[in-house]
Amino acid sequence: MTGNPSLATDAQPRTLTARSITRRRAAIVSLVLLVVILVLTVVGVSNGSFSIEPSRILATLFGQGERAEEFVLFRLRLPASVLGILVGAAFGVAGALFQTLLRNPLASPDIIGISGGASVAAAFGILILGVSGAMVSLLAFVGAVIVALAIYSLSYRGGITGMRFVLIGVGFAFMAQSVLGYLLSRGDVREASQALTWMVGGLGGADWQGIAVLAIALAVLLPLVAVLAPQLSMMQLGDDVAASLGVSVHRTRQGVLAVAVAMTAVAVAFAGPIAFVAFVSAPIARRLVGGGALALVPSALVGATVVLTADLLGTYLIPGASVPAGVITAIIGAPYLLWLIAASSRQSRAA
Amino acid sequence: MAVNAIRSAKAGAPQSAERRSREQHTSASAARRTRRIVGLAASGVLLVIAVWLSLAIGNRAIPFGDVVQALIAPNADDHVHMIVRDLRVPRTLIGLAAGAALAVAGAIMQGITRNPLADPGLLGVNAGASVFVVIAIAAFGVTAPLGFVWFAFAGAAVAAVVVYAVGSFGRYGATPVKLALAGTAVTAIATSFVTLMLISDSETLNAYRFWQVGSLAGRGLDTFALLWPFVAAGLVLALLLGRTLNLLAFGEELARGLGDNPLLSRTAAAVAVVVLCGSATALAGPIVFIGLVIPHAVRAITGPDYRWILIFSLVLGPVLLLVADVIGRVVLGTGELEAGLVVAAVGAPVMIAVVRRLKVGAL
Repeated sequence: MTGNPSLATDAQPRTLTARSITRRRAAIVSLVLLVVILVLTVVGVSNGSFSIEPSRILATLFGQGERAEEFVLFRLRLPASVLGILVGAAFGVAGALFQTLLRNPLASPDIIGISGGASVAAAFGILILGVSGAMVSLLAFVGAVIVALAIYSLSYRGGITGMRFVLIGVGFAFMAQSVLGYLLSRGDVREASQALTWMVGGLGGADWQGIAVLAIALAVLLPLVAVLAPQLSMMQLGDDVAASLGVSVHRTRQGVLAVAVAMTAVAVAFAGPIAFVAFVSAPIARRLVGGGALALVPSALVGATVVLTADLLGTYLIPGASVPAGVITAIIGAPYLLWLIAASSRQSRAA
Repeated sequence: MAVNAIRSAKAGAPQSAERRSREQHTSASAARRTRRIVGLAASGVLLVIAVWLSLAIGNRAIPFGDVVQALIAPNADDHVHMIVRDLRVPRTLIGLAAGAALAVAGAIMQGITRNPLADPGLLGVNAGASVFVVIAIAAFGVTAPLGFVWFAFAGAAVAAVVVYAVGSFGRYGATPVKLALAGTAVTAIATSFVTLMLISDSETLNAYRFWQVGSLAGRGLDTFALLWPFVAAGLVLALLLGRTLNLLAFGEELARGLGDNPLLSRTAAAVAVVVLCGSATALAGPIVFIGLVIPHAVRAITGPDYRWILIFSLVLGPVLLLVADVIGRVVLGTGELEAGLVVAAVGAPVMIAVVRRLKVGAL
């Protein structure tokens, strides 16, 4: 884990050239992903029980559309797509930050109970307090932050090790599960169903107000990520090396964790804990880019792609029934997790 | 012990370092033996108290004499006697069986996987049972707890096998972390499948949500009558495995050298675990953490000898579950908190404490 200094210097000249190649590849990957996201968005907003010709979308966007077109586009479909892009990006970046920082591919907010904390708080709001809308979002945000703080302080023992953080998080995830079970068994079955739908996560509840709040939050958080990213990628070489290069390891770690938690919390607040997006996005992005790069921008774009795809699949997979995106991502993500565990024989030596 | 003392007195002052250490060892093991016997007696007393509380405490506290009378010479017209016989006795029996099964299953899992975090719930067994129960409700229209039993049983078995297979895949076998994560993954898959079924069908949701909290209430004597032979068989098989688990603690190769057949013993352990987890889940619904907490607590008294760990778990598992159930009955004032939830509230902190104690190397 602690990087061997001689190895690091050996690798220096090679990584320099490798880095410029990686950077170019990251740019190309990002461009392709952007196109994919655009196509997914167009498909998403044009199809449905009332279809809008792709050629009419632009016209409608610029105020040339008919009333029906405007209503369907601005009220129903565009919010879902925009929300999907924003939460997908947030989950993707948050997952990449967690995984890099804790040096563990399993460190993702849905596995370590942070999403579980949000769900408990939201279910409590819906089922016990009887609130809805923005209040549920606020509660979910608070729940996520509280659980994250709890995991951090409990796993802190003169430093944070990835596995301890993950396993304590798993403990919280199970605790959250049983509290959710209890909350669901209370009260009206329709309310329980509503809470359950929230807990799956999806783009069904998209509205412009939520999107605005989410966008503002990301506008604050993403620049912070950009500031922290160079230190973080130096920390990939090992804490000692990073410290010798002038990185304040401890402070960087706290800063990155705080930003990652905040991103997860806002995304969960507005779309629910869409399972496994944070978990799969960064590994996919890193594989696309190659070269062991941090790949934050591609991670964000992969996250958006995953959420939009899951939403589309959910809309059309079962005719007549709209399946929330979270169900689809879970069905795709969980087998990947199993594969990762089974295949990680090299890593499990440390385990 | 006495012989040792005489011998050392005869040997006089110059004792070899070897002998001294051997004597320290024997006196330490004697102390441990005393502690085990006293501890087991105390655990037995605790169990009696827990059973007693489970029969006497509740929405209505029932005095000692009435409980005894209800058990020995029940009066069919007496309302209090009916409460004891029809509600609290089944509940207590289910608590006894499920608590023992879960704790012993947890102990075996910890032994066979050498995994300090093994627990039927954490390793995905509950989730597997849940999937099958949901299928039973949604596809076959089963609504009575008695009807869930075989589905829960089968689901628990399937999940146990899957988690173990995935977790032990790869060069280094079933490491603690891999198993815990395989359990998490299976739980995640199962949970999303269950959720998919539940959000599309509110009738299923309504039947399922009461099963999945993990409770001793609402399951009648008929469920117990159906399942106790399984629990008993599983417990007997488990107690026979004590020596094998001790050998496995040295590592597989050494165990084989000492005359153990790892394949046979692992198979026997897997059968015991599946039978115990399956019947416990069928009896009481998905309950996490008992299988984790009890063996850990017990180890502090018994030391690492699995023969003792299993016996202590057998006695103390029901104590935890019954006490949790009693706490759940009184803590809210009105209404009830299910035993599974109370256990989780106690168990999760214990799990966290265990993780915090693990050395970084063990992670």
